[in-house]
Amino acid sequence: MPQQTRRQIFEARQRKRANTIAAISTIAVFAAIILLIPLTPGWENVKRSFFNGAVFAKTFPGLLEAFVMDVAIFLWCAPLIAALGLAVAIARDLRNPAFYPLRLFAIAYTDIFRGLPVILVIYLIGFGIPGLGLPRPWNSPYIWGSLALVLVYSAYVAEVIRSGIESIHDSQRNAALSLGLSGGDAMRFVILPQAVRRVVPANMNLFIALQKDVALLSFIGPVEIFRQAGVYKSLMANFTPYVGAALIFLALTIPATRYADYLMNKQSKARS
Amino acid sequence: MKFWTTAAAMMLATTAYADTCATGKTLTDGVLTVATGNPAYYPWVMDDAPESGKGFEAAVAYAVAAEMGFGADAVTWVRTSFDQAIQPGAKDFDINMQQFSITPEREEMVDFSVPYYTSAMAVLTTKSVVDGGAMAEVSSLKSLIWGADANTTAVPMLQDLIAPEKDPLLYDDNADVTAAMQAGQIDAALFDLPTALYLSAVVLNDGALLGQFPADRSENPDQFGMLMEEGSALKECVDAAITSLSESGKLAEIEAEWMQATTGVPLIK
Repeated sequence: MPQQTRRQIFEARQRKRANTIAAISTIAVFAAIILLIPLTPGWENVKRSFFNGAVFAKTFPGLLEAFVMDVAIFLWCAPLIAALGLAVAIARDLRNPAFYPLRLFAIAYTDIFRGLPVILVIYLIGFGIPGLGLPRPWNSPYIWGSLALVLVYSAYVAEVIRSGIESIHDSQRNAALSLGLSGGDAMRFVILPQAVRRVVPANMNLFIALQKDVALLSFIGPVEIFRQAGVYKSLMANFTPYVGAALIFLALTIPATRYADYLMNKQSKARS
Repeated sequence: MKFWTTAAAMMLATTAYADTCATGKTLTDGVLTVATGNPAYYPWVMDDAPESGKGFEAAVAYAVAAEMGFGADAVTWVRTSFDQAIQPGAKDFDINMQQFSITPEREEMVDFSVPYYTSAMAVLTTKSVVDGGAMAEVSSLKSLIWGADANTTAVPMLQDLIAPEKDPLLYDDNADVTAAMQAGQIDAALFDLPTALYLSAVVLNDGALLGQFPADRSENPDQFGMLMEEGSALKECVDAAITSLSESGKLAEIEAEWMQATTGVPLIK
């Protein structure tokens, strides 16, 4: 091992000191939380209502079963959102004046659906369109509820992709055009591959949010995990099932969030 | 001297609330705070105005209060959701009545009074479903697509009484259940009979009551109790009041006054 410079020794000592302080402060905070909360007068009641072992054990299998529904809804919504989001983003970037109405439509679409509360869109489309008199199975809440999610989330994804497209310098497009590529090909082979790559982390965040918003579909009937937890809550007058549902959600969203962070870090390193 | 003033104060206190077991056990001394839903529905509370004493639960509340020694002017009303009623910690009501069904699991977390009403369950549907061949027989009901209010005991009852072939769809409140029915997403829904009567007559466009499961039909019938904080000191007094009301026939009288005749609804075979 080569001789350490004074600077290296100094830095190592600084690092060690920082780690010690971080460890002590973390332990102190956790100890305070763990020791102090149970001392509050209502803790026993809160524990019985929210962290009730017996209720947890009784309801957890049912919650897991209901979670399959969430995953299924997510899986069929996600590709549709990606496709529609991309289409709207491209529509907003059309430069041919003849396509102006399409561009206008895309702008109105993103403005409206980003501005509306998701739950209102779900009610409106989930109850409203089937109410027009569609026959079964075309009035299913699964179809129209999913469509509501797709419409809202596509608006967000479209904006994210558009910001990616706009972050690609115009000289790229001009260079592609001067090489003889058509406008469409320039978009497809030059702009989009760069743009989409840049916004992957931002889109990951949206899909993590979607994972949770899938639960909103329960408002129009489907019994997914959130609704199942609500049924248990009502039957047992106990909020523990919601804690169980939260744990199941976390088991999926935390890895997804970490992965998004990892991608983001990798990207910022690649750029610097 | 001090002894005499204390004694006098005690005498005064006892004369003010003569003969009540509820003294000192309510949130505010001398006042009974009753909670109801927001909004409270017909026929339980008329026009969402429980202070009028009109509607079954409003009338029962005032009768129970009178039995416990609270005059009509000593009853105040608050509104809570179901979740607020069962949340841990201090409650802002003495008793809460909004068709809470008594179940053993719920009893572990909160206190219930003895039941003040036992409800039959009824099948709410639309005329077009009836025209489509649905009959008041369990075998015919199994093949329907069912809905229910997720916050009620109708959910386990549905499995108990009917065991539908397809998983039922569940909703947050009556309004959403009827919206789904109007959209043709569900064929039928299970409600307590008074609520079903109201929804079919007033809310649904072409509502129909297919039939009822009489209360003695299911193993644990839907019995409504007043909800109180777990370990409430008031429970004894409330129980005594309700028992005495039902023994004197007053409770049945109130029921006859506010509940529609339920005899016209056919029984389900």
